Amino acid sequence: MIAFNKYYNHFNLLSSVLIVVSLLLLIFKGLNFGIDFKGGTLIELRASDSKINVSSLRDRFNQMDLGDVSVKKFGNDTDFLVKFENKDNTKNIIEEIKTNLDKSFGNNYDIRRVENVGPKVSAELLKSGVIAISLSLALMLIYIWIRFEWQFSLGAILALFHDVIVTLGVFSLFGLEINLSIIAAVLTIVGYSMNDTVVIFDRVRENLRKYSDIKIFELTNISINETLSRTIITSATTLLALLAIYFFGGEILKGFSLAMILGVVFGTYSSIYIANTVLVRLRVSQKTVLREDEKK
Amino acid sequence: MLYFSKLRILFITLFSVLFILIASSNLFKFDDVFFDKKINLGLDLQGGSYLLLEIDNEPVIEQKLQNLTTTIRNYFKEKNIKINNIKIDNQNIFFNVTNNDKQSVLDVFLDENSDLNPYYPRFKSHQLEIEDTGLNLKVNFSRQGLIKLKTSSQDQAIEIVRRRVDEVGTNEPNILKRGNNRILVELPGLDDPMRIKSLLGKTANLTFRFVTNDENDRFGVEKLKFENGLEEATVSKRIIISGENLLDAQPKMDTQANQTIVSFTLDRVGAKRFGKATSTGIGKQLAIVLDGKIISAPVVRDTIASGSGQISGGFTFQTATDLALLLRSGALPAPLEIIEERTVGPDLGQDSINAGMIALAIGFMLVIIFMFAKYKIFGLITNVTLIVNLFILLGVLTLFEATLTLPGIAGIILTVGMAVDANVLIFERIKEELKDETNNILAFDGGYTKSRTAILDANITTLLAAIILFFMGSGPVKGFAVTLGVGIFTTLFSVYFIARLFTSIYVSRNKDKERLI
Repeated sequence: MIAFNKYYNHFNLLSSVLIVVSLLLLIFKGLNFGIDFKGGTLIELRASDSKINVSSLRDRFNQMDLGDVSVKKFGNDTDFLVKFENKDNTKNIIEEIKTNLDKSFGNNYDIRRVENVGPKVSAELLKSGVIAISLSLALMLIYIWIRFEWQFSLGAILALFHDVIVTLGVFSLFGLEINLSIIAAVLTIVGYSMNDTVVIFDRVRENLRKYSDIKIFELTNISINETLSRTIITSATTLLALLAIYFFGGEILKGFSLAMILGVVFGTYSSIYIANTVLVRLRVSQKTVLREDEKK
Repeated sequence: MLYFSKLRILFITLFSVLFILIASSNLFKFDDVFFDKKINLGLDLQGGSYLLLEIDNEPVIEQKLQNLTTTIRNYFKEKNIKINNIKIDNQNIFFNVTNNDKQSVLDVFLDENSDLNPYYPRFKSHQLEIEDTGLNLKVNFSRQGLIKLKTSSQDQAIEIVRRRVDEVGTNEPNILKRGNNRILVELPGLDDPMRIKSLLGKTANLTFRFVTNDENDRFGVEKLKFENGLEEATVSKRIIISGENLLDAQPKMDTQANQTIVSFTLDRVGAKRFGKATSTGIGKQLAIVLDGKIISAPVVRDTIASGSGQISGGFTFQTATDLALLLRSGALPAPLEIIEERTVGPDLGQDSINAGMIALAIGFMLVIIFMFAKYKIFGLITNVTLIVNLFILLGVLTLFEATLTLPGIAGIILTVGMAVDANVLIFERIKEELKDETNNILAFDGGYTKSRTAILDANITTLLAAIILFFMGSGPVKGFAVTLGVGIFTTLFSVYFIARLFTSIYVSRNKDKERLI
């Protein structure tokens, strides 16, 4: 048996630090919102001429007076992603850009993707993203509140908040882009983290009913160990699937799979070191469970 | 618990085979309506354009208010009620009344069966609201009035958009209402999204009006720019004919002048008016105005009574074709703005499909190898279940002709990764049971029963997340929610029926074996 409970305090401290740092990052550095949430235009193009590179493209686009332009490589050496604010949202901007690029590069490029999100739509998408995440947290809270005693609910929800905040913190730290698929990833993380916590909690509660003489500090550790191989196997297979998406699923899914990978790692960690320690700190005992059982 | 009746085995087998067949209909052609279904590829996979258009209703409101002032003025004139100084300011109509008439004016507006202010019998709310501000009264659209106005301009606009898209001839466009002032257009596999965009961006409000130098024209005048943006002309506000009078419009080659023109035919009313105007206006310039810009202003040389004519304006064949198309399909009631656009080229779509399939194959292999290494014979059972699960999932998506997107493929891969969770929970539980239970069959029974709540909890939480995503997410992300959500059900089915069938067979044949798992 591994003595997870020996490090409860250490990891609680670490998690607190992680959360505080993440919050500070989110407040002061903020998130790098993509055009879905900030508005603007994105163009993905593929070049068939080595003359076309980041700097030559940047030169071209800067001459077109499109506001703040960012040009980046996108996966291959021949693929580029161009983003700009497109403030006055003129209707034929893409046509203008094409004419302009034709002049310097001829036919040696191909526009593969265009996304254009107006300011009104981006504001709405951001709002619905925030609502979706809040709603999912609220639903999880209600679900766990129906299924378990309040001490368990508190532990699970704290673990959830930890996972969401720290994952977003990592995105802020490295300036990774937040777009619609990241919202999908965060929601899935919420589901996964909850799943992981619930499996351990289920065992804790079962053991609480079984043993009256074991303190919660020990009991959580027993439960974690009993469910440990499941925790490891499930996170391993999920991570294997996610790594396959990350490395082979193409550039578009990179951000999504990275967020999920982070979420699975944090979710697994928080089930053990946050959710359970809340039970310990709230001195949950057999009485807590039995009292609740009597009510039913 | 481990016992499966023959009927049940038959049912499970049939069910699985059915869905495997449905899933494989994506690869083969079946001569059967039921089986010949395919998963729809989302725009991000097959290439195409997603456009969200917003109707700018301001001009419509202005126009309606303008018409209303005339209606109100005439209405009270007939009733011998004096109102004066009627004017529009900031989307409100203001007018003055005398102290004597005030109450009767208010009564007209507030009467439930008022013919000036309708809607009450139907919506329990009038079209117009009147505000009593002393002897100066303020009238504007009520909430209901605005909703009615917006939905009717949306109805008109969607009809015109549909006509224009159909004229271009793309395959299976999807044109839907969104809210009461938006239109969603999905165009799969479009070669030239620019063209559609520029076609949808034009109101196509065509008018024929005389150029005039008379500042005191009784209809009023306005200065309009030519299409090239350089020249200007003063044009009467009197409309001779408008786009509504057109029956047909076609691009043509004028061999004499060697230029492309748009020829048009007018309806009866239009032909009459056009004939009259051209007979009285010989020698005058007739301006052809499209969306507030003059295309050309030819001099009238002859009376045109035939009801047909032509527009020239330095067109290329493409611009003439597009103008003819716009004129044929009619004018939009209000300008449209493209507020969101997502276009994916067919190459990128195919690349995404390939990448998604490779990721799925590799993810699947990794999970299968891992499970076999960890659980041996039970890993094998899990893997067979996993494969059947994948087919059932694809079968369900095919049956409902769901739309598969790139995030949707990610959802399938993720389902593969998470689907083993239920089996792992069961197997681990069985291992624990075997520690103090010597009877293999009892231990297996216990494993299944005792792991059930945890499995249910785990799947419900994921399902909740998927449901929220489905309702809040848009486009590609919705595809992810669908595969993730459907995946939960197919996983539970395959774990509790297929995997359990296999384990029960294996365990009953090896019930005396020492280390089973």
